[in-house]
Amino acid sequence: MAVKLKRSKKAGNAEEGTAKVLLFACALVSLLTLGLVFIFLLGNSLPFFQSNDLWAFLTGKVWQPFSDYPSYGVLPLLMGTILVSLVAALIAIPIGVGCTVYLSEIAHPRVKQVLKPVIEVLAGVPSVVYGLFAALVLSNWIADLFHPLARLNALNGALILSVMMIPILVSVAEEAMNAVPGSLREASLALGATRWETIRRVVIPASLPGIMAAIVLSVGRAVGETMAVIMATGSATQFTTSILDSVRPITAALAIDVPESVAGSMQYYSLFAVGLLLFVITFAINLIADYVLARYKEAYA
Amino acid sequence: MNRKLKERLVFNLLRGCAALVVLMLVVILGYVVVNGVGKLSVDLFTQDPAPNRHGAMVLGGILSPIVGTLLLMLLVLVIAIPVGVLGAVFLVEYWGNSRWARLWWLVVNNLAGVPSIVWGLLGVALLVYYLNFGLSLIAAGMTLSLLVLPIIMVATREAIEAVPPSIYEASVALGATKFQTIRHHILPYSSSGILTGTILALSRAAGETAPLLLTGVAVNASIPDGLFSKFQALPYYIYLMTQTADRSAAIPMAYAAALVLILIIVGMNLVAVALRNSSRKKYRW
Repeated sequence: MAVKLKRSKKAGNAEEGTAKVLLFACALVSLLTLGLVFIFLLGNSLPFFQSNDLWAFLTGKVWQPFSDYPSYGVLPLLMGTILVSLVAALIAIPIGVGCTVYLSEIAHPRVKQVLKPVIEVLAGVPSVVYGLFAALVLSNWIADLFHPLARLNALNGALILSVMMIPILVSVAEEAMNAVPGSLREASLALGATRWETIRRVVIPASLPGIMAAIVLSVGRAVGETMAVIMATGSATQFTTSILDSVRPITAALAIDVPESVAGSMQYYSLFAVGLLLFVITFAINLIADYVLARYKEAYA
Repeated sequence: MNRKLKERLVFNLLRGCAALVVLMLVVILGYVVVNGVGKLSVDLFTQDPAPNRHGAMVLGGILSPIVGTLLLMLLVLVIAIPVGVLGAVFLVEYWGNSRWARLWWLVVNNLAGVPSIVWGLLGVALLVYYLNFGLSLIAAGMTLSLLVLPIIMVATREAIEAVPPSIYEASVALGATKFQTIRHHILPYSSSGILTGTILALSRAAGETAPLLLTGVAVNASIPDGLFSKFQALPYYIYLMTQTADRSAAIPMAYAAALVLILIIVGMNLVAVALRNSSRKKYRW
């Protein structure tokens, strides 16, 4: 009996060890993925940086990789991304924060039960459907209102991006507001403050880091969004600061040009350099959001 | 009195913000449903897209895009779900709240924020050319798998951490090993949460378009006959229809395909919500 017990325990140990190794291997995939993204973006953009000046790449105002006299200035693409994301953020932040405050502090539980699924569905709608709406419906509304030269333009992209940013902003920010202890609100109300005064002077300051992180995360989403932007902004590769011009943001340039380029050509490498730039920008944005959130969680722990 | 008035004013403004958000959803979905529902027919679901006399694929149905999208979801289910779930189990159960685990989760969170087009670039460079899969269903499926991996891991983590530690302690106290505890207690109790995350990840994969553009979606592909064939996909078909010159024929097809895609995705989301609610009733700690 004793021998039998010992043997089964040994078998159990072996199983335990195998399981641990297997699970570890699965976890490793995620870490490996990040390494692969780095290696392949760097590796494929290296040939470009060897034969082209980094400064000319970052400050050049002409993006024409397929021309007979190619020019690899990333500024038109970068400007397109900045223009579209910035205007989208300016629209999405007030609406999103307002909606969050209403959802977390004011709404009746029954209203909440409707509003929360609405926001989840809004987050789940695929970007190509937003792009469809922007290209076919929103663009006509803008044309009627502002009479732009280009039917598809940066404003169109910014408006549809703002709709896509709101659900992320609201879901992250709402979590932060819910984390504010009820006792803080009660103390403020007991001292005679109105509900709005309590929200403005107590709840919002207490959850401000979370709200900031929500804003940063949603901007990251806007910068990385591809399909809606391609379909909405018209994809002209010009350097412009006008919101009513057609632009081609970084993501759109990648999605349109990579399938056209031949693997191993200078165009192909230049597009990976652009991809690397996009990756660095979004990674930095995400790290900032993580940092803010981590600091904030410590404060309430 | 003035303070009360101000409060009413601000509250109405905030209510307006929320109403605006609801309105956005209603308007966007409304346009798709109203314009798409007229095109729904048996032919739409039984025929592949066919070219008109100018060569634009605006005739026929959307069978091959639907099948392509379902195949992509199947690949994600087979590749990403087991890896993501088991990987998250390892990080939570074996490394817990250690410094390395926290750093690892930081990486996973950041992977979730990597733009989908960057995954497309990895797909092209690593799968299509370096591993020589070519522009193919398997390259696209694996790219999407990498894309949803962090989503699955985060969802699994949340589901596992919702299981009270007393369950784990009771099992270990009775002599079960760590792996036995995971297999017989932690995973069953967190399964509905994991399933919810899985469904959401699959719906995300179904709607992704940008990585497909780079990894092998093709205008005139029919139902793929193997893992290494090119394929069609529903979101790509929608994109294509908005880019076609023959707008009068293409736009109704775009709306119809968008309606089908939304029905698939919203349907899956509703199932996920229902699962979450039912599991809340089932287990009360």
